[in-house]
Amino acid sequence: MKETKGIIFDIKRFAIHDGPGIRTTIFFKGCPLKCWWCANPEGQKTDPEKIISPFQLEENDECVKDIIGEEISSQQVIDEILKDRVFYEESSGGVTFSGGEPLMQPEFLHSLLELSKQESIHTILDTSGYAPQAILEKIVDSVDLFLYDIKLLGNEEHMKYTGVSTELILQNLSFLVEREQNIIIRIPIIPGITDTSENLALIGSYLSELKSISRVDILPYNEMSKAKYTRLEKPYELNNIVPPIDERMNEIKEKLEQFGLQVKIGG
Amino acid sequence: MNERVKKLREQSINAKPSLSLERALLLTDFYQSGVIEKVSIPIARALAFKYLLENKEICINDGELIVGERGPEPAATPTYPEICTHSMKDLEILDTRSKISFSVDEETRQLTQEKIIPYWKGRSIRDQIFEKMDKGWIEAYDAGVFTEFMEQRAPGHTVAGRQIFQKGFLDYKKEIVEALNSLDFDKDPEAHSKREQLKAMEIAADAIMILAERYSKKAIELAKNEEDSKRKQELEKIAEICSYVPKNAPRTVWETLQHYWFIHLGVITELNTWDSFNPGRLDQNLYPFFKKDLEEGIISLEEIKELLQCFWIKFNNQPAPPKVGVTAEESNTYTDFCLINLGGVKEDGSDAVNDLSYLILDVIEEMRILQPSSMVQISKKSPDAILKRALKIVRTGFGQPSIFNTDAIIQELLGQGKSIIDARNGGASGCVETGAFGKESYILSGYFNLTKVLEITLYNGKDPRTGNIIGLETGVPSQFNTFDELFESFRLQLNYFIDIKIKGNNIIERLWANLLPSPFMSLLIDDCIENGKDYNDGGARYNTTYIQGVGLGTITDSLSSLKYNIFDNKITSMQELLESMEKNFEENQELWVKLIRETPKYGNDDDYTDELMNRVFNEFYTSVNGRPNTKGGCHRINLLPTTAHVYFGSVIKATPDGRKEFQPLSEGVSPVQGMDIKGPTAVIKSASKIDHLKTGGTLLNQKFTPQFLADDDGISKLLYLIKSYFRLDGHHIQFNVVSADTLRKAQKNPELYRNLIVRVAGYSDYFINLGENLQNEIIERTEHMSM
Ligand code: SF4
Repeated sequence: MKETKGIIFDIKRFAIHDGPGIRTTIFFKGCPLKCWWCANPEGQKTDPEKIISPFQLEENDECVKDIIGEEISSQQVIDEILKDRVFYEESSGGVTFSGGEPLMQPEFLHSLLELSKQESIHTILDTSGYAPQAILEKIVDSVDLFLYDIKLLGNEEHMKYTGVSTELILQNLSFLVEREQNIIIRIPIIPGITDTSENLALIGSYLSELKSISRVDILPYNEMSKAKYTRLEKPYELNNIVPPIDERMNEIKEKLEQFGLQVKIGG
Repeated sequence: MNERVKKLREQSINAKPSLSLERALLLTDFYQSGVIEKVSIPIARALAFKYLLENKEICINDGELIVGERGPEPAATPTYPEICTHSMKDLEILDTRSKISFSVDEETRQLTQEKIIPYWKGRSIRDQIFEKMDKGWIEAYDAGVFTEFMEQRAPGHTVAGRQIFQKGFLDYKKEIVEALNSLDFDKDPEAHSKREQLKAMEIAADAIMILAERYSKKAIELAKNEEDSKRKQELEKIAEICSYVPKNAPRTVWETLQHYWFIHLGVITELNTWDSFNPGRLDQNLYPFFKKDLEEGIISLEEIKELLQCFWIKFNNQPAPPKVGVTAEESNTYTDFCLINLGGVKEDGSDAVNDLSYLILDVIEEMRILQPSSMVQISKKSPDAILKRALKIVRTGFGQPSIFNTDAIIQELLGQGKSIIDARNGGASGCVETGAFGKESYILSGYFNLTKVLEITLYNGKDPRTGNIIGLETGVPSQFNTFDELFESFRLQLNYFIDIKIKGNNIIERLWANLLPSPFMSLLIDDCIENGKDYNDGGARYNTTYIQGVGLGTITDSLSSLKYNIFDNKITSMQELLESMEKNFEENQELWVKLIRETPKYGNDDDYTDELMNRVFNEFYTSVNGRPNTKGGCHRINLLPTTAHVYFGSVIKATPDGRKEFQPLSEGVSPVQGMDIKGPTAVIKSASKIDHLKTGGTLLNQKFTPQFLADDDGISKLLYLIKSYFRLDGHHIQFNVVSADTLRKAQKNPELYRNLIVRVAGYSDYFINLGENLQNEIIERTEHMSM
């Protein structure tokens, strides 16, 4: 396998909400979308960028900036992944490629998937689905499970809140379904945006037509990433939104279950 | 929990520990009676034990089913003047200190001054130990290079094996007679001393039966005046049981628990055998009785549970004897370290988990009391169900049970030369210490301050806190050209202090063997009777002396800092670093930030530091392991601190890793507090890079917030973590499950958090009882809450 390089902004070990078992999650830098609620805004820009250090913020007033994002070789990443092999084996876990959007760095992703498969490590691709189909075609066989985001089905709304249209995303999902891939759909529940009864009904009926969707995860909006926007000196658009309470999440779960889907709250 | 148990539990929790002079006064009377001048020391000790049990107050608490208190009432805690004679100042400290205090009334003070001190001063073994130690030992001890367990506590540290549940004391007496009859006075030069030991054991056996008989009489008496007919029946039953056990081998669950409890009282009355004497593999030892009782229908499952709960309360009623000085600092707790073992494997190697294991876990969860402590042994054959059940209790946040790796324990014991059967019947006791239950004396001799040795190395033999030269002059550090030169100096220094410690141990062991034998304990541990030898003198089948290394994380990070910042990357010079340390980094904030943030730290699965840890570990192991003790056994290492990491930190100035002066050290094999930033899998990987199987126990502490474990998914993830660690031969892991916020609140408003129990280091304690430093440290420990 050819040695490739890519840009990532984090490697998180003991990731336990990114698929089954204990996993290591690799966060790719760069994303074609700009979702208002993005929990990893530092993953949107492709190149390394400056971020205000949390350490200095508390220590004194002067703000020190760290660089977020680094170029790294696929071999370096795989070495890091392999460190937790024993945990993957005990827990039926593995590696999750997330971001940002991993499909934005196809060569790098491909190489990492291949290396992981060579080591018999379970692979997950966490994706927005926004990429040319040819790229998906190339990697599809070395992904064991897709975590596939569906946010809004109304194209206009989708444009407004993510910056891109739904077309490519839905086409790619059909493609994966045709190829009988193992897929978990993830829906971020952003009050007043993605949880409207209209949107949920559209998503529900759309998904119910697709075979090979093993589960739908609904992810409640949270404010944990707010501080990151400040540190990146980016505006945060969702200031007035309150995270959904448990009852609301259960309501949504029941609503989607009416479409014959298996639904789980949280990832 | 029924009304009875609820009431007893409340009573136990609310009992304020006080100092009781009952034992000290009886003992002094006995020693002054003139009897001891006419008999050998073992016999004198046995007669003293008998005198205590013949004359001590008998206490049966209202409603209890298992009877027997060490003192005149719950939490009335005796002193052991033959071991440590408290001074008037000690009493004042015990009475007034804010943590782990014991109330001392006026009469106690007066009697101490008039009767106890005049007789025992200079006679106590503590006084004799300090008198016999040479200058090098005293200097190292004062500097905090090591502590000495035996200066205030008797060599205990053993656990009951199955045999004591299968025998009565009449059986022991028969064995003694046989042993006496087979003594060969013509050929065996030790026959005479063996006879004295055996006679002493015989007296001790009589003594415990006398105590039980007295309880039986007391129960009859109470029954006579009891108006409640149900209680009257219970008291009659108690009387019947106490006249049957421990004289005879028990036949039912109730008898077995009472049988054990008398034995326990015997052990903790004879001497203050810190620590940990306990029924060992309780679910194994009790199971035959449990099964039989249920099959015969003589008792219901609910009643067995109630008996177990009553049994639990008896432990909690006995605070660990009061300690003073360094010993109080290294082991600052009311807990006496009785660590009940559940699970593991049977003698034939098959899985040992049974119905009773689960029932006992229910008891632990409901009782939520400090003592006894509990643990679950997980072998590769254990069902996941038992670990999940245990973790659900861990989740409730009172620090129990801790989790141990049976397969590692067995390999450790086999590596030490124990038989496979003895290894499988073994377990862990105290905090994490591996032992062959019922067959081994495996005493801890003292904590050893690895980081202090590095500090002394960096000052070329001088203790910078006091300015005294106490170590070897191994070279001026700024003149070391390579890291290896520095490490070699550390190695020499380490060996120098280990030699001092071991030399001291050998003297102290002899003092105990000669002056304070323990004939009662000798009955309980194989093969003291067969060998005609006292437990304190090598009578047991196996005899191990441990030295417990402390601060592995701190010394590793310090070495990593020296290597990384001075030798490998020239970020600073030895001189600059030492000067900054001298000033507690106050004038060199910039360097301090580099030390904390940019220097490789242990606990992050980084070979750069982890290899250094391994190097320290191996040097420590090599310097101690296999060195003979005076009991036919040898010295070995383990890695646990109890609370010594706080004390040891308090004698060390700032360290090269950026730790500020007098702050606590890391504990066990855990990383330095807050420096493990790559999550629990990285900690586990780092910690498993040392060879746990060469030790007699290591301690790894991880803290999780309750949120992490709130759902079954969290429990499963924790289970996988544990199983991975155990697959890598990890010995033990324990969890603090609390939020830092809760702890901060508890620190501010202790009165509102009286029930908050946290796991410190090998044991659980009430958070409000901990010193402020330790409280802060627990708060700071990285929270592995997955976000
Ligand atoms: S697709 Fe994901 S990473 Fe990209 S902007 Fe949206 S939320 Fe952020």
